[in-house]
Amino acid sequence: MESMENCRFVAEKVKKVPPSGIRRFFDMVSGDGDVISLGVGEPDYVSPWHIREACIHSLEHGETSYTSNSGLLELREEISRNYTRRQDVYYNPESEILITSGVSEALDLAIRSVVDIGDEVLVTEPTYVAYIPSIVLAGGKAVPIPTRRDDEFRVKAEEIEKRITDRTKAIILNYPNNPTGATMPREELEAIAEVAEKHDLVVITDEVYERLTYSGKHCCIASFDGMRERTIVLNGFSKAYSMTGFRLGYILAPKPLLDAMMRIHQYTMLCAPVTAQVGAIEALQNGETEVQAMVNEYNRRRRLIVKGFNNIGLDCFNPGGAFYAFPSIVTTGLTSEQFAERLLEEQKVVAIPGDVFGQAGEGHLRCAYAASREDIKEALERIGAFVNSL
Amino acid sequence: MDSKTRDILEILEKDARATPEEISALVDMPAEEVQSAIQHLEKVGIIRRYKTVIDWELAGEDYVYAIIELKVSLERRQGYDAIAERLYKFPEVRSVRLLSGEHDISLTIRGNTMKQVAFFVAEKIATLEQVQSTSTHFVLKTYKEDGLILEEPEHVKRLPVSP
Repeated sequence: MESMENCRFVAEKVKKVPPSGIRRFFDMVSGDGDVISLGVGEPDYVSPWHIREACIHSLEHGETSYTSNSGLLELREEISRNYTRRQDVYYNPESEILITSGVSEALDLAIRSVVDIGDEVLVTEPTYVAYIPSIVLAGGKAVPIPTRRDDEFRVKAEEIEKRITDRTKAIILNYPNNPTGATMPREELEAIAEVAEKHDLVVITDEVYERLTYSGKHCCIASFDGMRERTIVLNGFSKAYSMTGFRLGYILAPKPLLDAMMRIHQYTMLCAPVTAQVGAIEALQNGETEVQAMVNEYNRRRRLIVKGFNNIGLDCFNPGGAFYAFPSIVTTGLTSEQFAERLLEEQKVVAIPGDVFGQAGEGHLRCAYAASREDIKEALERIGAFVNSL
Repeated sequence: MDSKTRDILEILEKDARATPEEISALVDMPAEEVQSAIQHLEKVGIIRRYKTVIDWELAGEDYVYAIIELKVSLERRQGYDAIAERLYKFPEVRSVRLLSGEHDISLTIRGNTMKQVAFFVAEKIATLEQVQSTSTHFVLKTYKEDGLILEEPEHVKRLPVSP
């Protein structure tokens, strides 16, 4: 069977995109029943019933048509109110909000709308696996900025400035962060905003984990003076409301940027699924109780897993958000990949090797604590046994 | 109430067997402090008791449950509390609630047979001086009890690995 890389029909830009390391792990795990997985980057809750019920009601009443390209106005109004209330930044629902099929589409639109061939985009590392491939597919060049455990995986303004060239067009921020769980305090974000303004950069901020913040309050860079005009905010319903399968995200951006993204969206996705949009309206209007309950439970698990790793002797910084712990495994002498593969083979625990998220992730594991407390405890015992056996 | 105390209560409400050591890791508080917080909550009556929800049907013990709605008359200087007290002292009575609406009081009764429950209502409840009328509803199936769904729980179906 001819490989994709050797197939003359496949575009060169696609061949340039490396396969996902997560995909490889998925293939290794599939079909093994005794495995405990800390490798799942999604909530372990079924979507709240009232959200599902709203979707059922919508289907029963025949709401099965296209919506406007921008998405249902009622949903855009709810999102606008929500962001104004929580982040003190206003977006006009008529012209500055676009509903997308997941944050994945939102990310693709944001990158394709601002990146020309050869443009450079700064990406913090460890990085979510989709950022660099999306930049490459858009014809741009990804420039990684390593973040370190000693800085709690927060990107420093001076590290950004060091890497800016005359081709630098944008920077992607993702706080709370996947895979590290890092959050970004206001004062450090202000320094980044100054750099972005000074060098006239677009800031793409992926805030899909924004509701899962355990200490302090998430701060949106678009709320700073002078930043709204150059910021594209990406957010969605997957993590906060446990709606991953609904595939629903949204973009907040000033009109010129939103119009550019709309130009791509109307010819590719056309509009997000109507049933999911109805569910999202219900989530925003009546979902706060469930959000708080899930956040409280994630917070308990966060304490459990961080303490567990530190007790095992794997240094684990205390993540302020998302649902990932990012312990260091350097003391074991193994690479991330060796550790993760042997952990799976010998103890049947899935954790994602840190180098999947870029070179700065080497020496770490991504462990999602979106798993039951029982599974977390059992996984920690098995990881402890594995470390002791080395 | 501070958030850590609330956290402790929520954990115990879901799992009465959670030990102070287990709770300690979840709420980021030393186990000794958790232990003394629990003792205090027990002492002041916030924690009333520790309960196990048992599916007796699954255990092969076929208890019969009935909900009884009562209309009652009140005596001078005696509020609903007096008749409620008469009622809740019967061991067969599992719950007593004062209601708004058509009926005044609702009881939940447990017995071994329908006949036993019916006779208990007829002989012990209906004969009380303040009870004007009773309306008995036998429970055919319990789907949810104390916030716990007794059917097969719903599991989220996730891929073993995702980004």
